[in-house]
Amino acid sequence: MSTDAAAKGNLKVTPARRRRRMPPEANIFLVLIAIALVYELLGWIFVGQSFLFNQQRLTIMILQVSVIGIIAVGVTQVIITGGIDLSSGSVVGMTAMLSASVAQSSTWPRALYPSLTDMPFFVPIGVGIIAGLLAGFINGQLIARTKIPPFIATLGMMVTARGISKWYTKGQPVSGLTENFTFIGTGIWPVVVFLAVAIIFHIALRYTRYGKFTYAIGANVQAARVSGINIEAHLVKVYAIAGMLAGLAGVVTAARAQTAQAGMGVMYELDAIAAAVIGGTSLAGGAGRITGTVIGTVILGVMTSGFTFLRVDAYYQEIVKGMIIVAAVVTDVYRQKKRAKV
Amino acid sequence: MVVSPSTMAAVRKSGAVPNAEYLLSAEGIRKEFPGVVALDDVSFRLKRGSVHALMGENGAGKSTLMKILAGIYQPDKGNVQLKGVDIRLSSPLDALENGIAMIHQELNLMAYMTVAENIWIRREPLNRFGLVDHGEMYRRTEELFDRLNIGIDPEAKVGDLSVANRQMVEIAKAVSYESDVLIMDEPTSALTEREVDHLFRIIRGLRDQGIGIVYITHKMNELFEIADELSVFRDGKYIGTHASTEVTRDDIIRMMVGREITQMFPKEEVPIGNVVLSVKNLTLKSVFNDVSFDLRAGEILGVAGLVGSGRSNVAETLFGVTPASSGTIEIDGKPVAIDTPTTAIRNRMAFLTEDRKDTGCLLILDVLENMQLAVLQDKFVKNGFVQENQLEEVCEEMCRKLRVKTPSLAERVENLSGGNQQKVLIGRWMLTHPRILILDEPTRGIDVGAKAEIHRLVCEMARTGVAVIMISSEMPEILGMSDRIMVMHEGRVTGFLDRAEATQIKVMDLASR
Repeated sequence: MSTDAAAKGNLKVTPARRRRRMPPEANIFLVLIAIALVYELLGWIFVGQSFLFNQQRLTIMILQVSVIGIIAVGVTQVIITGGIDLSSGSVVGMTAMLSASVAQSSTWPRALYPSLTDMPFFVPIGVGIIAGLLAGFINGQLIARTKIPPFIATLGMMVTARGISKWYTKGQPVSGLTENFTFIGTGIWPVVVFLAVAIIFHIALRYTRYGKFTYAIGANVQAARVSGINIEAHLVKVYAIAGMLAGLAGVVTAARAQTAQAGMGVMYELDAIAAAVIGGTSLAGGAGRITGTVIGTVILGVMTSGFTFLRVDAYYQEIVKGMIIVAAVVTDVYRQKKRAKV
Repeated sequence: MVVSPSTMAAVRKSGAVPNAEYLLSAEGIRKEFPGVVALDDVSFRLKRGSVHALMGENGAGKSTLMKILAGIYQPDKGNVQLKGVDIRLSSPLDALENGIAMIHQELNLMAYMTVAENIWIRREPLNRFGLVDHGEMYRRTEELFDRLNIGIDPEAKVGDLSVANRQMVEIAKAVSYESDVLIMDEPTSALTEREVDHLFRIIRGLRDQGIGIVYITHKMNELFEIADELSVFRDGKYIGTHASTEVTRDDIIRMMVGREITQMFPKEEVPIGNVVLSVKNLTLKSVFNDVSFDLRAGEILGVAGLVGSGRSNVAETLFGVTPASSGTIEIDGKPVAIDTPTTAIRNRMAFLTEDRKDTGCLLILDVLENMQLAVLQDKFVKNGFVQENQLEEVCEEMCRKLRVKTPSLAERVENLSGGNQQKVLIGRWMLTHPRILILDEPTRGIDVGAKAEIHRLVCEMARTGVAVIMISSEMPEILGMSDRIMVMHEGRVTGFLDRAEATQIKVMDLASR
């Protein structure tokens, strides 16, 4: 029987081109638009002004979530491998402190390292990124070598990194940062960093071996191992990247606040995880995209900004945010169940 | 008349049990699973105070029958009688309450709880405040262990016990339900000889108390030592029941395998080349020992043996999934150290694993993503970017060649049939152009048409000089495809058979030796 004969029968043989599905982000994007429209409507009813057509509000909104977005890009990759990273918020605090301590101006009277003042911008930025990378590297090594669950390894790092940021200056804030450092937190820069990071890792996940292996590990770690993927080395890479991005987020946070404090970044890890999950990343691993995470991040921003706009009490905001995160995970579980039935 | 299980339980409690000839009997049982008839008109009768062995090859239907008797599956047709009363068991708990207990191969105990807590779970003795009375629980456990002649500390954590002792705990638990029927699924598979002796003493003791024991085993010598009667199954059909004193080992093997080989195999004679792979004294501690063989280009070496004989473990060790504890692997006469799948792939080996879903497919990803996985290790990447277009082209070509039935390369693999999933995985390895191909159960659970196509593909690969190792539980496949057959039993190689001399009986004989 030839291939042609097979094709003519009831058998369906592969057509010529790979057919693209509609990207799953389309749904999430519609949700974003729906939420925005609801706010627009409520805005006209209760506040008497437009929610969307207010450039200032939108700018503040996107600036506020950029730091979360940078972290979420790394966390998304970790979750795709089937893991989790709880340490990113603490790493933000730690790297904010570390980078700020080498970004102080010589005009500041109480500089932490008087000999290391007025450094060029790349020194504090480099210190923050490398410190974050190291934290992530340790996470990865712990998970890959000792096989402890990612939840526990990164929980340990979460507490340790927070401890380091408090110990570093005995709880004192680090201020008097030079302007050539704080520029990265001013204007539209945080958004630029966020988008650049998102584009880079979107490409890495979609078009490089690194990305293909990341999905493969999350989809079936045994199959990935048998196919010759060095699971341990790859996981170390993924966690190190997540740590590095948390470090970058720490730098931006310090620059934006023009000071660093040990308590910075508290609960950011949960917002980042929420952004990834709302954006369609499956906690079971193997599925998720950076584009979804970007939309998820914006949804978080719109929610918060919208509540403020409608003058909803901040306490209610947290209650509703919690419920949205749970709803997103329930949707994910439901999607998986539906798939299992096929 | 079908008596409800609760009625039966009440009857049992009152002590007025009907005194039927058979403790447990099943008539005309039929059970279908999607695509397969697991049991077809099967009968089974268990006498009071006897050990009844179920025999048959892998997939003969023993386990399905056992699970029906234990209430795990419900039969599509036929009826089960307990002491002459028709019953319908809806769950394992239901079976247990009616006096039928099953001891699973994978032990179902809670490792972090004590022996006593495991045995009395759900039935803990309570004191007058409604709290668990641990003293009473330990006392009852000791009483039970005395009766069974088991010497285990009731307060020990189950996780700290040896496999043999855990088995004893399971048996004690079953006995504690005052069960009349005990079903044991290969209870000796993880035990040492001394432990087996102890187990047999306990089984005989239970038998003498009038308990009926259903015993599943693959080991012939055990059978003659412990069983009073045996029933043979083959391909989901009941073949016959005999007293173990009136049959010989050869009789049983003949009953187990006596089928006609009707399926056609496209096996063609291809020139056999030089030795490609040479394995000497390969050992994985306490799994398999001293496995040695040569494999030539173009040759298909079939590996036969029962489940648990170590076949798959040898394959995993060859491929570096579980590196060997001793022994050498030579490729083209040069010793190679294969300690990870990556080194195996670098040595141009490929390994189609036994469990498609567990270790093969990335179910939630699409056909392309599944197929490209192995070849991406060292090809189709330029300047750090995956060459999607070329990759799509070769994968499409491969799909066409393997006749994978899928709407497109973007279809999720979980939506394909088992046979097509298997083809995708074969494609994954064919893209790497292997010289040595290890196939573990390449056609398990796939339909006849896809099976034949996979056989054709394997033969084609052999013709191009690929050396093939094919592990299979299916006798016709082993006999029909192999140039040579290596037979294993309990971690040892028990013999090699050439294509010309191999018969089902010879293979089964070596496999149970």
